[in-house]
Amino acid sequence: MRKFRLAPLALAALVPILSQPAAAADRTLTIYTYESFTAEWGPGPKIEAAFEADCGCDLKWVGVADGVALLNRLKLEGDKAEAGIVLGLDTNLVEEAKATSLFEAHGLETGAVSVPGGYSDDVFIPYDYGHFAVIYDTEAVDTPPASLKELVEGDPQQKIVIQDPRTSTPGLGLLLWMKSVYGDDAAAAWETLSKRVLTVTPGWSESYGLFTSGEAPMVLSYTTSPAYHMVAEETDRYQAAEFAEGHYLQIEVAGLLANAPDKDLARQFLGFMMTPGFQNEIPTNNWMLPAAPVSIELPDAFAKLVSPQKTFLYGSAEVAENRAAWIEEWLGAMSR
Amino acid sequence: MLTRAEHRAARASGLAALLAVGLALAIPVSVLLLHGAATGLTSTQADYLLRITRFTLMQAGLSTALSLLVAIPLARALARRPAFFGRRWLVSLFAVPLGLPPLVAALGLIEVWGRNGVVNKGLGFLGAETPFSIYGLGGILLAHVFFNLPLAVRFILPALERLPSEYWKTAANLGMGGFSLFRLIEWPAMRRSAAGAAGLVFMLCATSFTLVLVLGGGPAATTLEVAIYQALRFDFDPGRAVLLAAIQIGLTLAVMLGLKLISAPSEAGSTSGGRTSRPDAPGGLRALPDAMLIGLAGLFVSAPMLAVVISGLAADLGRLLADPLFWRAAVTSLLIGLAAAMLAVLLASLLVRARYSADDAPASPALGLLSGLSGAAGSLTLLVPPVVLGAGWFLMLGGGVGQLLAPLSVIVTVNALMALPFVMRVIEPAHRSAMERNSRLALSLGITGVSRLRQIDIPALVLPLTTGFVFAVALSLGDLGAIALFGSDRIITLPWLLYQKLGSYRTDDAAGLALLLGGLTMGLMLAADRLGNRNGNKAR
Repeated sequence: MRKFRLAPLALAALVPILSQPAAAADRTLTIYTYESFTAEWGPGPKIEAAFEADCGCDLKWVGVADGVALLNRLKLEGDKAEAGIVLGLDTNLVEEAKATSLFEAHGLETGAVSVPGGYSDDVFIPYDYGHFAVIYDTEAVDTPPASLKELVEGDPQQKIVIQDPRTSTPGLGLLLWMKSVYGDDAAAAWETLSKRVLTVTPGWSESYGLFTSGEAPMVLSYTTSPAYHMVAEETDRYQAAEFAEGHYLQIEVAGLLANAPDKDLARQFLGFMMTPGFQNEIPTNNWMLPAAPVSIELPDAFAKLVSPQKTFLYGSAEVAENRAAWIEEWLGAMSR
Repeated sequence: MLTRAEHRAARASGLAALLAVGLALAIPVSVLLLHGAATGLTSTQADYLLRITRFTLMQAGLSTALSLLVAIPLARALARRPAFFGRRWLVSLFAVPLGLPPLVAALGLIEVWGRNGVVNKGLGFLGAETPFSIYGLGGILLAHVFFNLPLAVRFILPALERLPSEYWKTAANLGMGGFSLFRLIEWPAMRRSAAGAAGLVFMLCATSFTLVLVLGGGPAATTLEVAIYQALRFDFDPGRAVLLAAIQIGLTLAVMLGLKLISAPSEAGSTSGGRTSRPDAPGGLRALPDAMLIGLAGLFVSAPMLAVVISGLAADLGRLLADPLFWRAAVTSLLIGLAAAMLAVLLASLLVRARYSADDAPASPALGLLSGLSGAAGSLTLLVPPVVLGAGWFLMLGGGVGQLLAPLSVIVTVNALMALPFVMRVIEPAHRSAMERNSRLALSLGITGVSRLRQIDIPALVLPLTTGFVFAVALSLGDLGAIALFGSDRIITLPWLLYQKLGSYRTDDAAGLALLLGGLTMGLMLAADRLGNRNGNKAR
């Protein structure tokens, strides 16, 4: 009979789990973002401290694997999402994000924002940008690929870790990059590249972790990634490969959810994003380029980075229209 | 032997349990089927489906072949060497992978076989150019053999050990060589067990989720189970998830019918070490091949576990134990495990009793059906694996977003169903022998109904019930399949936390967590094993 007596006990013990944690301050702002943003070495904790210093509020990050996973989560949660802001989509996803009708216009003055090619939108505000690039380990790779074509056709024994376009913005970025360069031949190019792919991870953090722990000599990341190693680790070991065809641009954005529990507070944060208080943390914590003025000087390492001669960027509408089909094409080619 | 009223009660409650199991399976499956209002497939989608289906079958086939190809000679070597040093220890060790959470094992396997692992360092030292890659098919096969080779050995070994010693004497008199021995004596003895093991291993590998998720490494190495999860969590594409689930169920159904797994009588017995002396087991140098095979197998199975312990101890366990998130995950995991185990034990007892009651009566089609269904109820979870079950509930609950109780109940139910076949296997034989022992006495004393249950039947079954319960808790603690669909920042279990740490390459934390989770489940499994053995001895 012992097993029956456990039931009320278990129920009683469930109660503390089910009850919501009490707020530390009167007002709480929950922000959905990607994992590397909230990591202890990421910008999240510093930005939280800077914002909480004068908002009289409690800022709570909720991190999911990566940017596209954020959008998936929103689609899943619909209007039950408990966040005020979603931070970490990129311009490739804004059209689809708007189509969920979960976002509402920010209504803020965005004159301070400046990104390559210019971007302004009444729903999403850019907070940083960067170019995708293949980062290689100079101790394992003698001659890095000089073009996307060389990457695709190179030695299959020399592996690269990439990300899944169904969950991550870099993964989607590479998909669009390949499409920009190869067009209708992209499927065949993916099939060739797949022999070089060690593994496909759901998010950027996983693949970069694999790369730095020596599991693969190359990884898809950003032209700015070497700055991290130069500044934080004082090493030139990891470098970005400059590709002759040009690089794909990523502009990361944040938006206000129509169901935000405290919209004023959420708007206050969106405004804060465009100030040095937020932007100062971007270059040396998120290792991306700031989308608004900073009040610090960027470390010298940033001057040594690859700066792409040509930039690719699809329009949001075009991505929204083709994303599903292109991902299917990718799945088909990669599983062959 | 039961009184008429007891029969009625046993059958009624058995029917109720069957109904509960049936509903828990039928609801999500019918939601899946109803959801799948045939969406047309593009040719790329059809190609992709075909390819992952093929891969699912291919890796399961290869995993089974590899496991069996090693298990058969290994079982023979073990049977030939009853006095081999550390043999008992090795056979007990082989019981461990069954209860080891796949995630923990994956971590250990990466430590040993990863690019920076011991094996590749050794290979590099020997001048090998290309390291062994644990990602993709290689890693999946490796992990599946790690889990299933020991299982297969534990199936086959008892069959060989049961052979009477006269066989060996006669064989020696006739001067039979190794191959004739195998063909005429060993193979006929182990054939059924080997076939049963092959069927079970194939089913387990065809529905494998966690290992493929962690070690798959991309679309080229994706099984149906993982693709179902991805269709829901990556694309939120219910149509595709439904189609994949339908293929999965069709496939497992076909395989199961083909193998008649449900009726396969062979069981992994506990082996206490053979006592028969074998004239075909020469000593000295000629024992070397056997010794090497046994040694290598022992190394292969123990190395990843050892790696988990070593790197776990090197982790900052103090910090991990101070993390409130760890405790939240631990408490959630334990509560889910306890609830799932209670449900599993309750369902299993009712089914076992109904089956006994049906078998105890003169054969009638209805009772035969009740007996058959009760017996099959446990195996149904092999047919509809956790991720497929979870997928149905996931769609029904709209992702379970913004709720806690519903997703938690789903996880509990799925875990309970997953443990049901194992729990039934523990309880059924004990129940049968207890009934045989106590029935006449109870009848003659006139103790019937609830008071008989309370005073005689349940006390006699406390040990097996507890064994099944502990076993179910351990299984549930290590499960990632159900939580992978419903896990969020609000529902976190230990495997989910470990998966996240692995995902974000907090290797140190992951190693510590793996040790804690592995230690917890292993402790429970050992306890269950102890209880089970005590129970077995008492029943005998």
